[in-house]
Amino acid sequence: MRRTLVLAALVTALPLTAAAQTKAITLPPDHAYGDLTPGPGVEVAQRACRSCHSTDYIVMQPRGDAKQWEAVVTKMIKVFGASISDEDAKAIVRYLSTAYGK
Amino acid sequence: MARSPRRDFLRTVGGLGAFAVSAEMLWRAPRAFSQQADPILAGRPLVRYPEKTDLILMTSRPPQLETPMTYFDRAITPNEAFFVRYHTFPVPTGVDLGTWRLRVTGLVERPLELSFEDLKTRFPKAAVTAVTQCAGNSRGRFSPRVLGGEWGDGAMGNAEWVGARLRDLLAAAGVRQGAVQATFEGLDKPAFPSVPHFVKSLDLRRIMEDPDVIVAYQMNGRELPMLNGFPARLVVPGWYATYWVKNLSEIAVVDHVFEKFWMKPAYRIPDTPCGCVEPGTAPKSTVPIHRMTVRSFIVAPPSGARVAAGRPVALKGIAFDGGYGVREVQVSDDGGATWRRAQLGPDLGRCSFREWSAVWTPPGAGDYTLMVRALNAIGESQGSEPLWNPAGYLRNVVEHCGVHAG
Repeated sequence: MRRTLVLAALVTALPLTAAAQTKAITLPPDHAYGDLTPGPGVEVAQRACRSCHSTDYIVMQPRGDAKQWEAVVTKMIKVFGASISDEDAKAIVRYLSTAYGK
Repeated sequence: MARSPRRDFLRTVGGLGAFAVSAEMLWRAPRAFSQQADPILAGRPLVRYPEKTDLILMTSRPPQLETPMTYFDRAITPNEAFFVRYHTFPVPTGVDLGTWRLRVTGLVERPLELSFEDLKTRFPKAAVTAVTQCAGNSRGRFSPRVLGGEWGDGAMGNAEWVGARLRDLLAAAGVRQGAVQATFEGLDKPAFPSVPHFVKSLDLRRIMEDPDVIVAYQMNGRELPMLNGFPARLVVPGWYATYWVKNLSEIAVVDHVFEKFWMKPAYRIPDTPCGCVEPGTAPKSTVPIHRMTVRSFIVAPPSGARVAAGRPVALKGIAFDGGYGVREVQVSDDGGATWRRAQLGPDLGRCSFREWSAVWTPPGAGDYTLMVRALNAIGESQGSEPLWNPAGYLRNVVEHCGVHAG
């Protein structure tokens, strides 16, 4: 499935010539590499995080305790304006500090 | 300093004669070394995006793709292999040159709306070969670890850029009295208004003093790939990639030091001579990141390679700095106890990658730690211990490359 989509993305990259005044590309979907580890709270984390970015942003980070992940979630809300309820924020921090904890 | 590098090189490799044997014949790379041997890149897939070749995925959305180290065995990084880094999503995926305009606005006498054709024909063409490197390149190697884009070493690239001088654009618009900086923004607009829009700024002095600060519409003789900034991007030779705004759409002259999110608090370094602090501590004050530190890499043989004891091995790689130019590259095969000078490749300009090479013969079987360090034209070099700052910027420790001779 993903392979098909990636191929489709490639063929839409149009070469620009003197006559062609437009360039357009199609990006592939989020790669499975960034899929979050299963565990309690994963759905909430996925829904909240993926509304702005792929979750490889989480997968690649150094593992960390609740303090690390709470700072990250707070930054997403305060700095980037993520719309996450207090209850969901707590669930996400719990999930991250378990699935990606020390 | 009276000795020529060529003479030194000959002395260095004394007695071995001329080498017609290619480097590839002299070392055998372990399978899939480019990722598996590097703990920070382990598990990251190779992906192929439009107009790009297989690159190492860091993130899908927004796309952030890293160049495999094998491409740094030469001074010019192919467009297809050039790294990709965006900050917010969505990223621009289409541009119609019929409607695209570069606006020059703000504190100017005559605001401009330049078409692609205007940009190419109304201003003298300027060319510069220059490295762009993500401020956080090699962040994954920081200890203690820091959060952020966990790059290996491939968030860098070198190209020949052709475009219009930024100072010519500003002169055409007529900068008014009281102007302090210019701000730059591209077509990337976050989906949510709450997400800070990627806008960067440069002092007017930086722009006016350096004729190599250009708005580039050509990269290595071709149009820019969409993901590297089509149709035009800012080129700020010697400075980190954060200033090289892609898919450029607006330049605004302002009467103050611009301090929105991506200039402050983002992309700041400690206001100390080294840009570093005691590991794990916070700086007292910060300044915007700017000039790149001196770096050099051993690209061949790759780390973990097996070579033949007693047979000459071709070492090669690249070195660069923040715009003064690389003066010398040295290599060591004994963990840094002794160093010898490498031969430098063609000089493509003070802001370019400089190729280096040396021939090394492992005297016997065993494990060796090869090291490389560069010295620039003002005497700056690389430290044997890594410097640390909380954002994971400026990394330039001497690089190691472990090989086994058997």
